[in-house]
Amino acid sequence: MTEMTGARAYIKALEREKVTHVFGITGAALIPITDELPNSDIRYVPGVHEQGSAHMADGYARASGRPGVVQATSGPGATNIVTGLATAQLDSSPLVAFTGQVSAGMVGTDAFQEVDIIGVSASITKWNHQVREAGRIPWAVKAAMYIANTGRKGAVLVDLPKNVTTDKAEMVFPDAVEFAGYKPRIEPDPRELDWAAKVLAEAQRPVIMAGGGVIASGAAHELTALAEMLLAPTATSLMGKGAIPSDHPLSLGLCGMHGRTEANMMVPDADVLLVIGSRFSDRTTGALAGFAPEAQIVHVDIDKSEIDKNVSSIIRVWGDARPALKGLIDRVKAIRVAEGRNGDWYRRIGELRREAEPTEDAAISGPAVMRAIRRALPRNAYVTTDVGQHQMWAALHFDVHEPGSFLTSGGLGTMGWGTPAAIGVKAALPDRPVLNISGDGSFAMTENNLAVAVDEDLPITVVVLNNHMLGMVAQWQRLFMGGRYSAVKRNYTLDFTELAKTYGAHGVRAESIRELEDEVRRAASADYTTVIEVPIDPEENVYPMIPPGMGLKDILTDDLP
Amino acid sequence: MTPLNVISLMVENKPGVLFNISNNFRRKGFNIHSITAIAGEDEDTTRITITVRGDAHEVTKLVEQIDKMVEVIKVKRLDPLRIVQRDMALVKLSTADPLAQEEALDTINRYKGQILDIKPDTIIAEVTGSVDEVTEFMRDVKHIGIVEAARTGITAIEKGWLTLEGNGL
Repeated sequence: MTEMTGARAYIKALEREKVTHVFGITGAALIPITDELPNSDIRYVPGVHEQGSAHMADGYARASGRPGVVQATSGPGATNIVTGLATAQLDSSPLVAFTGQVSAGMVGTDAFQEVDIIGVSASITKWNHQVREAGRIPWAVKAAMYIANTGRKGAVLVDLPKNVTTDKAEMVFPDAVEFAGYKPRIEPDPRELDWAAKVLAEAQRPVIMAGGGVIASGAAHELTALAEMLLAPTATSLMGKGAIPSDHPLSLGLCGMHGRTEANMMVPDADVLLVIGSRFSDRTTGALAGFAPEAQIVHVDIDKSEIDKNVSSIIRVWGDARPALKGLIDRVKAIRVAEGRNGDWYRRIGELRREAEPTEDAAISGPAVMRAIRRALPRNAYVTTDVGQHQMWAALHFDVHEPGSFLTSGGLGTMGWGTPAAIGVKAALPDRPVLNISGDGSFAMTENNLAVAVDEDLPITVVVLNNHMLGMVAQWQRLFMGGRYSAVKRNYTLDFTELAKTYGAHGVRAESIRELEDEVRRAASADYTTVIEVPIDPEENVYPMIPPGMGLKDILTDDLP
Repeated sequence: MTPLNVISLMVENKPGVLFNISNNFRRKGFNIHSITAIAGEDEDTTRITITVRGDAHEVTKLVEQIDKMVEVIKVKRLDPLRIVQRDMALVKLSTADPLAQEEALDTINRYKGQILDIKPDTIIAEVTGSVDEVTEFMRDVKHIGIVEAARTGITAIEKGWLTLEGNGL
């Protein structure tokens, strides 16, 4: 036991948790903590807006598998991270936010820069807590990191009134924390696995659907192994993209509203559907009536409340994806998988894939841009996306070879997430090329984070598909609103290449697929930040598309006549 | 009207826990019908009983969401056929008229109520029973003249060996 200030204890507690980076912006309520930072090896990455800092910490968390830490001051600093918390929470990413707060005696008086961030963040965090005594800081830091990164991971917020950081106390740093009501379940019930293995092995038309839980638990290898043993075509949700390599013969790709034809045609015909680490989001299932109506559904999830929430299952496996998959592999090995069944079922993947075969990539189009970026990037590159048409083109046409190397804001759909998230990924994985696929609408929301990439030497590449439109809404207006555009056109005179140069980054425009490939290849091996603008056709739609409210097989593949 | 569901919780006795629980009801559009809560003798935990109208399946899904909260140690939607439940009302009646006073005393007696305060022109009674019994009592004394009434709402436990913390023997 040693006596020290709360601020010192906070930094020590972060060090004990092996935190390498803290992203954020300082402020009055954080001055005591900020004063301790230079005494630590933890790298502080100063941001330009707290939302960006939160997304950086989120990107860091997703790429490293360890909690990402964001620090924001009281009041506006705290409210600015709200979007970052909700984004991380919806995608089950371990984001830990520490917010400054006015001194405890001032709380509740509408003091300068006071906001009730505990109340504000209650609905969008897995757990939040206001520390009332300096001596509780080591416990609070440990608890925040533990809760964020166990069970179904998520966003956590700890509020630190200023006096708590300046007060001195005898500090005890716990090695573990315990909560009577929080026992994250890891090991699934072996009886459920026995039954699931039997049903899977007897299936005539099995399909696997993998979600983000497979990537979060590091179970992609096991997933592919089980798919191969069962000869089961494997689709993914948006968050699960990369759980099976895109070029694997059993890979069906993305399922759902903008799913690939292979996935959307085969999932509804399954007789047994194994859904693992996925929560049956409305964007993944389409209308529930058309989602695998005949299938016996086996649902594996670490979050018990997701099982039977949107879709009823016959076998409910509550537990982490990795031990569940290992258990299934061991059991399926011992059972003879139904013989002679898979020929036609398996051949269908190839037939559907040939139907959906891409046209030549001579001209610039959404899909062609994605394939060009893939060709130009090394296999180990990490890719983030923003939100909109470019995101769906990437989900459909950007092949992922390494699980977890494709990161996107899936649940919340946060435009502006990709650029700061890419910077966070770069901080976690400095040896990997990191590229954000963006659109003009998304990029404009958080482009100021280029300043952080340049000044903090965390070089990234951003490819901006520019159609001077909020393209996805424009697509809906073309398809479902009689072509009436409203509030989607962007007639700005802003030049993204010049903007990049102003921030000290390299900026270039690619007018052809060949130019784009060359620029991406150069940028990916460069040690500086690059923005590549690609002008695209504002009238181009993302296909395939399931119109909202329709089933998976109601696929639009081309513009309506 | 949809039936009343009785939800029983054991939670950590900390600021904000009740807020987070009621926040979950609000998010799903449930209106809490009654809530009773008191800290245990150890002051570490709080036992809460909440009643809410709604479809049993929807309520069960809500209970699963609440179960995820770190501070919630145990939560259960109780089977209405396997519980005992009590509601308590304090009712102040206007009894200036001697006939009214006599009728009030009779009715309180019939419901095995207790007289807590008696003044020349008012009576305060305590009536305990199932939520339906208490509601009936209130209906029966309404014409006498209720000056003021306060009810606790339901508190409940399961019959036999069933408990909130365990699954029974």
